[in-house]
Amino acid sequence: MSFQLPEIAAAVALVALMVYALTGGADFGAGIWDRLATGPRKQAQRLRIESAIAPIWETNHVWLIFVVVVLFSAFPRAFAAIGIALYLPLSLVLLGIVLRGSGFIFRQYGHGSQRDHRLWGHVFGWASVLTPFFLGTALAAVTGGRIRVSSDDRVVAPVAAWFGLFPIAVGLFVVTAFAFLAAVYLCVEVGDDTALREDFRRRALLSGLLLGIVSIVVRIAAAQTNTVFAERLFGWHFPALVLQGSVALLAMTALGALWRGHFRAARAFAVAQIAAVVTGWGISQYPFVIAPDLALTQAAAPAATLKVILIGMALGSVILVPSLVWMFRVFKRD
Amino acid sequence: MDPALIARSQMALSLAFHIVFASVGIAMPVMMVLAELRWLRTGDRVSLDLAHRWAKGTAVMFAIGAVSGTVLSFELGLLFPGFMRLAGPLIGLPFSLEGFAFFIEAIFLGIYLYGWKRITPRLHVFSGVVVALSGLASAVFVTFVNAWMNAPRGFTVKLGVLNNIDPLGAFQSPFAFHEIVHGSLAAYAATGLAVAGIHARALLLGRAPEFHRRALSIALWVALPACLLQPVIGHLAGQRIAEHQPAKLAALEQLQHTQTRAPLTVGPFEIPGALSFMAFNDVDARVIGLQDFAAADRPPALVRPAFLLMVSIGTLLAGFAGLIAWQSLRGKRPWQNRRVLWAILVMAPLGFVALEAGWIVTEVGRQPWVVYGVIRTASAVTPAVGLGIRLAIFSTIYVVLAVTVFAVLRRHVRATFHATLKDLVP
Repeated sequence: MSFQLPEIAAAVALVALMVYALTGGADFGAGIWDRLATGPRKQAQRLRIESAIAPIWETNHVWLIFVVVVLFSAFPRAFAAIGIALYLPLSLVLLGIVLRGSGFIFRQYGHGSQRDHRLWGHVFGWASVLTPFFLGTALAAVTGGRIRVSSDDRVVAPVAAWFGLFPIAVGLFVVTAFAFLAAVYLCVEVGDDTALREDFRRRALLSGLLLGIVSIVVRIAAAQTNTVFAERLFGWHFPALVLQGSVALLAMTALGALWRGHFRAARAFAVAQIAAVVTGWGISQYPFVIAPDLALTQAAAPAATLKVILIGMALGSVILVPSLVWMFRVFKRD
Repeated sequence: MDPALIARSQMALSLAFHIVFASVGIAMPVMMVLAELRWLRTGDRVSLDLAHRWAKGTAVMFAIGAVSGTVLSFELGLLFPGFMRLAGPLIGLPFSLEGFAFFIEAIFLGIYLYGWKRITPRLHVFSGVVVALSGLASAVFVTFVNAWMNAPRGFTVKLGVLNNIDPLGAFQSPFAFHEIVHGSLAAYAATGLAVAGIHARALLLGRAPEFHRRALSIALWVALPACLLQPVIGHLAGQRIAEHQPAKLAALEQLQHTQTRAPLTVGPFEIPGALSFMAFNDVDARVIGLQDFAAADRPPALVRPAFLLMVSIGTLLAGFAGLIAWQSLRGKRPWQNRRVLWAILVMAPLGFVALEAGWIVTEVGRQPWVVYGVIRTASAVTPAVGLGIRLAIFSTIYVVLAVTVFAVLRRHVRATFHATLKDLVP
């Protein structure tokens, strides 16, 4: 059995990343719409966004820490290599995380002058745009095949690994996807406020369409960067076609539901769409943590560690899952 | 500048910043819950109001703690990839469990802060209790990691590679018990004192005495027992250090030459044999001096002033706590004596000063090792470039954040007298 442990640990990390995208990602998306708030209901939009994310953003954010912890305890070689290769973009992500969180909390609790309020609002909004962008470029770099790791753990990574056409395209994709999710969630959460709901519906439709366009750009850029990955995810063969077909179908259904005003259905399809994208990315990565030099088994911690960590996580989930369910029931029961 | 030194400075900055917010996140929930429980038991509206006020301050501190903690989890790999590559499999479990504890803390704090009108009072106070417990739990798990770095267990070393890894090794460090207790008590003492100082000031100004007396009383109940216990655990810590980290002990005392009946230097005085006795319960015990360690293995001299600062403050606070306890037994309350209120006000920041100093003792005293005796800090540091610029940027941002947090909390404290309860309670 022990030969499957790295795969299980990787699956745990992938699921955590997916949940982070669907929850924490949407919180970043909400920040993006905060920055882009316009029109006669500008203030109302911002207030709604604030009350939607205030009780839950810190919890949602923990998923990212969780991914990091799984990565360094289960795949320490990969974590070390990523830390070296992506020092700059990940430092920018951290900067963004610090500024997003503090900008939000200072705006919310500041009791300061109008100017302070606006300043921290700007910080919150801009950090919400830039953080997912650099997170996306970092993810793309892990996939892109330009980070090379030797057998004695020497790491070589050109800047182009995370700042070329493909990573930038993925960065934009992540930003757009988070914005799309947030707008769809907000459509449901505004409840009976039809004017405000219309604002967010328009935003959801717009970002949903944009997401389609960006995904085509990602596809073109991928083909020029990492042919193995591109072939797996976008090639003309059975698994790739199923994946692409289902993402496209889910996306169109979500947009259709938005168009016709079925917001709960739209939310379900949007969630499924983004979940499918993350799953597809994960499957195309297999069996690598960092393509093409570090496979899961090469990067994995000893089996004893993996076993203990997985048991710890299973036990932890027994407390975590009901707590999460309760939290969302308390705040998002509509 | 030496990249290892810059990386260490960056890590030190991140931790020194985070540790304040983390400590507040451990101790404030206890105070909020005590206030709310009192309201549930007696129906006293002042206590409920207090729980609300403290909750708002906690919300700000927790958010900054959450983001600065995220920075740390990444920085382990960004700054010291060599450490994580080797130690990841050994410290993975406590870090994973810490992740869960933090998850639970965040969930229930969200419910506590924003759920006043959405759940019953009993469930609400239950959420607060969960926040307090999970905050403590995450401190416990993360300190297991630090204890392991100071006195590692659960592996064998061969040619720079760790073999025969026991993933439960991190729980077997002989430093775990005292580090966990000392660190947690420090969080309660420092936070309790700081909060007590705020309310002592309000009482000195004669503002809303009923409210601030209640606050002062709860804050002191959290801080003072911790202050009293702290020297006992500190002594235990010293003995463990003497046993497992002789270089750190020598650096703390700046003992140059190995000797039996080693003296303890207190100001201008030397007490013969006292160091030997403190460290090994035996006045004739042999204590190793710095000269017997290779120059490359000696911790920086900075640990000596940090150690003295911590011990002096700890002694002062324990004495003060004893005084207040004795006064209370004679039926005198702290707010009846303006001099006591002034003393509390003056001592308010000292807990955090001692906490930072103690952390310097632990961490700088461990140098030049990242994992004591196994991995040198310099060999674990990243080969990445641009460390200096990053340090400059993060230092600037942390200064801005610290100033802003201070300003926000100050405004929050000032607003305490004005808002009405009706805005907050159903």
